[in-house]
Amino acid sequence: MSGTDWRNLAISAALLGLAALLPVYGSPYWLTMGTTMAMFVVLATSWALFSGPTHYISLATAAFFGIGTFVTGLGFQSLPFWVLPPLAAIIGAVLAALVGLVTLRLSGVYFVIFTLGLAEMVRQVVTWVQNQTGHRGMYVLTSITEREIYWMLVGLGALVFLAGWLIGRSRLGFALRIIGNDETVAKHAGIDTALAKVALFMVPGAVAAATGAILAPRYIYIEPATAFAPLLSFQVVIMALLGGTGRLWGPIAGVIPFSLLWEAITRQAPNQTLLLLGIAFLVIVYLLPGGFVGLWDRFRRRFGGRS
Amino acid sequence: MFILITGLLLGGTYALIALGLNLQYGVARIMNLANGEMLVAGGFAAFWLYTAGQINPVAALIVIAPVAFVVNWLVYRFMLQPLVKRAKSRGALEVDSILATFGMSFAFVGIMTWAFGGGYFNYAFLAQPLEMFGSSYAQNRVVAFVLAVVIGGALWLWLTYSRVGLNLRAVAVNPASASLVGVDVRRASALAFALGGAVTATGGALVSMFFTLDASVGVLFTMKALIIIIMGGVGDIRGTIVAAVILGIAETAVARLVDPGLTLAAAYLLFLLVLLFKPAGLFGKARG
Amino acid sequence: MYRRTFTQLAAAAVALAAGAGMSLAQDTIRMGAAAPQTGPLAGGATVTHWPAVRLWVHQTNEAGGLQVGDRRMTIELVEYDDQTNPQQAIQAAQRLATQDQVDFMVAPYSTGMNLAAAPIFAQLGYPMITGTAVTDQQPALAQQFPNMFFVLGRTSIMAEDTAHVLVGMRDRGEIGNRVALVNVADAFGIEMAGISRGVLESNGFEIVYESSYPLGTQDLAPVIDGAKAANPDAFIAWSYPGDTFALTDQAIVQNFAPHVFFTAVATAFPGYAARFGDQIEGVMGMGGVNADDPAFQAFAEAHMEFAGQAPDYWASAATYATLEILGQAIEATGSIDRATVLAYLQDRSHEYSTILGPVNFNENNDNERYWTVGQWQGGVFRGIAARGRDGAVAAELFDGWN
Repeated sequence: MSGTDWRNLAISAALLGLAALLPVYGSPYWLTMGTTMAMFVVLATSWALFSGPTHYISLATAAFFGIGTFVTGLGFQSLPFWVLPPLAAIIGAVLAALVGLVTLRLSGVYFVIFTLGLAEMVRQVVTWVQNQTGHRGMYVLTSITEREIYWMLVGLGALVFLAGWLIGRSRLGFALRIIGNDETVAKHAGIDTALAKVALFMVPGAVAAATGAILAPRYIYIEPATAFAPLLSFQVVIMALLGGTGRLWGPIAGVIPFSLLWEAITRQAPNQTLLLLGIAFLVIVYLLPGGFVGLWDRFRRRFGGRS
Repeated sequence: MFILITGLLLGGTYALIALGLNLQYGVARIMNLANGEMLVAGGFAAFWLYTAGQINPVAALIVIAPVAFVVNWLVYRFMLQPLVKRAKSRGALEVDSILATFGMSFAFVGIMTWAFGGGYFNYAFLAQPLEMFGSSYAQNRVVAFVLAVVIGGALWLWLTYSRVGLNLRAVAVNPASASLVGVDVRRASALAFALGGAVTATGGALVSMFFTLDASVGVLFTMKALIIIIMGGVGDIRGTIVAAVILGIAETAVARLVDPGLTLAAAYLLFLLVLLFKPAGLFGKARG
Repeated sequence: MYRRTFTQLAAAAVALAAGAGMSLAQDTIRMGAAAPQTGPLAGGATVTHWPAVRLWVHQTNEAGGLQVGDRRMTIELVEYDDQTNPQQAIQAAQRLATQDQVDFMVAPYSTGMNLAAAPIFAQLGYPMITGTAVTDQQPALAQQFPNMFFVLGRTSIMAEDTAHVLVGMRDRGEIGNRVALVNVADAFGIEMAGISRGVLESNGFEIVYESSYPLGTQDLAPVIDGAKAANPDAFIAWSYPGDTFALTDQAIVQNFAPHVFFTAVATAFPGYAARFGDQIEGVMGMGGVNADDPAFQAFAEAHMEFAGQAPDYWASAATYATLEILGQAIEATGSIDRATVLAYLQDRSHEYSTILGPVNFNENNDNERYWTVGQWQGGVFRGIAARGRDGAVAAELFDGWN
């Protein structure tokens, strides 16, 4: 590892420690905010691991997230809680592999809408199965506190960053960058593009499912309409794109300022939240092409820092 | 027969929901996530004109469509064109337009909530039965279907046979080449976007005759419309209509013969299957 | 960007905290309310929740405020839009409590949002009196959240009573044995359909048509067609607002008129009567009120005047009653200390007088007196079945869409 790597590692470790200690120095208010932000950081970063290099925009986050919440909802009484997020991750990864195998030959917008349709179909099927079995509403009543949920999310986040860093250094990451630039070239260079993409698609699938499993105790009442809400998929995409998907830390740079902005707008204009949020959004898109990563890069270029 | 007619009526409704977005995405290349809000706005306008002015929703289209055309033209000209200009590639434009129209959809919901409140609205117009082949159908759905046929047919004829329509199709196929042969791509795109918005608002006015709407419901229509145009093939009016009718009939058949609880699951399954076997949609041509 | 937003946020927090301090000196009670203004449930909240909450605040302040000990304190309402999103509901409750430092909070709207926000209410010791959460888990919930009180009643009882209304009509020889049962496919619809099916079957009814349809479906011609083909004596639909309208609409179009026509949520909305006029005479729905009670009539009149719309004949009054209960607890203890007020509420011997009639809570923090089934009779949605409430009128046969 080079000096830069060590420096980055040190910075990452320090930031992780800072994040993990939030429940200690922060107020309950910041813990609640932090939990939501941690959720989006985890989802958006894992999303960008796949979508950043391949340029495939996936709207399937809600499907995997919803499956995760159902894993907890169905299993929390019979299994110890710590088993559930890994279990959800495995189910998510397997599903993602299946989906990946059949869909990744679609390109561009067809893939985007396919994943959207997929999420909706999963939700409909789950609802229908519930209906057939006369299932009552699911209540996840546990003694898990917000603080524990937050720590689990931070831990999951650390894993995602580690995975992202390792993938970036591996042959897989190299292969994916070539695919993103030109799939034909990649094929000619002897890369099994389908396999590489499927392997990577499993990452956001597993992570989103695990996130859903961790967050189920926070929602308490699990119903398909909220667990599979398509808005979540869009929010994740939006936050990742706002940050910029070119860097591992890009999505985090989208999630945190955007969450703070959202909170500030909600407080200042409780009755026009959505209107102002929409306008703020447009302003960001117009003023910050390339997201916050783009802003940072321009800043570095102007002031001549190393890149 | 009941299934066929109900399915056709539903297909007409879906076509109304999706035709506008096909123009906006197929020609102007804007994946407009605020499409559903434009539809709801059309419905609101029809509701307001009907309850306040006793103007029937079909006649109200004379006002609603041109206003929506102008509004959408302004939206494109001032909010989306800067993005089109700055986009280096199709992918970059896609990302920017997703972000921008997502923001717009929030803003539109906010405006509508502020102006009309968040409550449900609906009204009774032609909610009487029409007897056909031994079953009854709602008159307002039949009217909407007829207008869907008229609008879809007129759009197709116009795109296929008029000079401007030819320009639009050229832009849909390849904007760079279109500009080489003397098509004003920017104007054609603005026209397509505005026209798409007008068609969507028209659809909204028509579906408001039988749907209960509220300010936040637009996203459901956006998702339905996205599914339909992708299934039919981007940039092809025929594809959208065929996909809408197939979905309408399939959903009705599943609802009546299998289980209404599976209608949407069946619709999405059908959509996924179409994409798996025809990756560019029913009428789509594979693009590089 | 980051830093500026942060400083703004911090500045706003400081300003609000200072404001909170000032307001204490000014003898006002700060109340927080977070509920949907946008999102999937905004339509329902706009009819049921917001006008009732704002009306209570308005009326209380008109009357000079609450009598707290020897002071009169007016109410200041802090509102947030939770966007029908559990994440936002949690954040809003936390923000109201710790940033706006409100003295009390209005419970959110709908079962899902109430339960998502419940841990925050519980941790910070806020009484949570909900008028829109319906669940069967009261015992478990009351154990986990001893600060949570339920006014609207239990879902299972409502499903049972609906079935019992049919049993009664059958036993009087007014209807036959054939029932069509449909439901919206989400937790609410599934649960209600399951319970009513059980009661009907054990009473010898025959379910001749049974189906569900996905949440948000408004194209229900096939459902009505299927139900009609089965030729039932009664039609029961556990539906949500959009589909309640669509089912009624289709039933009129296809002239499907069994002797009992029941749709669930939104049947009691004023918009339902506005949309269908006198065609709905005899339609049954979930909930209900004692429409002849002068207290309810006064509420309906004030609601009309204040919000420009009538209240719904069910949960509007329950939402309003939750605030009446809170207000009475505050006045009785003479304190705005949450722990004191909560202790008062948790003392089951206390009874509150509300527009629903007297209300008290049992060992599961559950109100045991509520309306379960109503019917449109003479342009008014009247309660025809209730638990522990007087004033129920007799159920009438539905005699077609005039």
